[in-house]
Amino acid sequence: MIPVLQVENLAKHFQMHHLGQRLHAFDGINFTLHAGEFLLLRGPNGVGKSTLLRTLYRSYLPRAGHMWYHTTEGRIDLAVAADVDIALLRRREIGFVTQFLIARPRVAAEDIVAEPLRRAGIPAAEATEEARRWLAEFGVKRDLWRAYPTTFSGGEQQKVNLARALILPQRLLLLDEPTASLDAGARAALIRRLADLKAAGVAMIGVFHHPGDVAGLIDREIELTAQEVPEDVAV
Amino acid sequence: MTAALALRAPQLMTTPPLLTMTGVSRRYSDVVALDDVSAMVYPGEVLGIVGESGSGKSTLLRMMNLEDTPDAGDYRLALPGLPGNLFELDRFARRMLCATRIGIVYQNPHLGLLMKNSSSGNVAERLLIAGERSFAALRGRAREALNASEFPLERMDARPIELSGGMQQRVQLAKAIALEPALLLLDEPTTGLDVSVQALVLDTLKRLQRDRAITMVIVSHDLGVIRTMADRVMVMRRGRVVEQGLADQIFQDPQHDYTQQLVHAKL
Repeated sequence: MIPVLQVENLAKHFQMHHLGQRLHAFDGINFTLHAGEFLLLRGPNGVGKSTLLRTLYRSYLPRAGHMWYHTTEGRIDLAVAADVDIALLRRREIGFVTQFLIARPRVAAEDIVAEPLRRAGIPAAEATEEARRWLAEFGVKRDLWRAYPTTFSGGEQQKVNLARALILPQRLLLLDEPTASLDAGARAALIRRLADLKAAGVAMIGVFHHPGDVAGLIDREIELTAQEVPEDVAV
Repeated sequence: MTAALALRAPQLMTTPPLLTMTGVSRRYSDVVALDDVSAMVYPGEVLGIVGESGSGKSTLLRMMNLEDTPDAGDYRLALPGLPGNLFELDRFARRMLCATRIGIVYQNPHLGLLMKNSSSGNVAERLLIAGERSFAALRGRAREALNASEFPLERMDARPIELSGGMQQRVQLAKAIALEPALLLLDEPTTGLDVSVQALVLDTLKRLQRDRAITMVIVSHDLGVIRTMADRVMVMRRGRVVEQGLADQIFQDPQHDYTQQLVHAKL
């Protein structure tokens, strides 16, 4: 079976010019992920779990190693792929789910959620209808759908963000503590959606403050430890 | 590393870039305004250009609008009927190209508008250059462009000089998009506007980008504006591109010393 993602000897550090020093994040990360697999990243705070996710999404540039992503048109190394290719994959295949919403001024919640569908060419009315369905699923009150999320509470913003991030099925989902600060109803909705996506073949890599939330979904784990080469452990 | 990634040939993207600029240099007496600058913008993409005053970002934008000719360099737009290097076009051909295929919004509305003509007349002027002669069609299309720019239509015959800064920018925007340009250039379009008006203008731009997939290049010293608008970012300093990358990478993991200073100063 062809994997979705093969990570080889991935390393990241941050060059801090104003301090004249390098900040080590991680070294020697290796793993392979297939369709429908769920990989949990474990480890104490500050060990580089979120940094690894952001590196895989190419918000951070890796220092060394490869991130081979397999597409229908062959494999591409995300570590060195052209920016436009990364942008293309993010629109079509690779999603990043975080607990933080980047709300734009004066854009209604339902429009924020519908945007990935609009970008994929789905007509406005249909996209809005689907967006409302997901806002309802995550428990955002109907009164808020036309409101601007900049003034929402953290929890409500997060629900909008999750609806947006998960509305369009992807091939690879990177999950950065998506359950943090969610109420029970929204957490259940999120886990249902992740289970459906996994069953549909979406590969996922996640960081969870309470991994018990997604215990039923986890196939494998990687334990990140400070300054050590992490091991890939089968569950 | 980022410069290398930006210039790397795409593997998956099969659409060629709309805009390709290569090796553009320009000196004004002993001041180097642009030093071997290359850029690519893909269809539907928003490229943000940041840098301090005097970094060359506005000069580069004006090169894209063919307002000046560099000492060296090549500029191509992948549009039907456009031959080779656009810098070799004569003044008439440049004017036609800019009037019909490229729209621009300046920071200073005085550069983009005739302040004592009506707002609708300013927009219609573009259509006249493109050959539209019917009064009803001119007015109808001007109205449509003003409406798309979220300009209050009951004021369409007011002169820009009578309007607020935010409204003037909307008239410029309507003029710029009236002919559905392939490329929209924005030079500090929200600088000097108060925060709520700035948000409205950015929202309008976002909406236009989403609904019409207009390719845009936006220059701003305001990193918040660039972060809101851009897919990719080019960082300029002293006429050179010091770093370019995906917008989130530039803001979250800037590589160059200067970009780190810029980002840290903002956040």
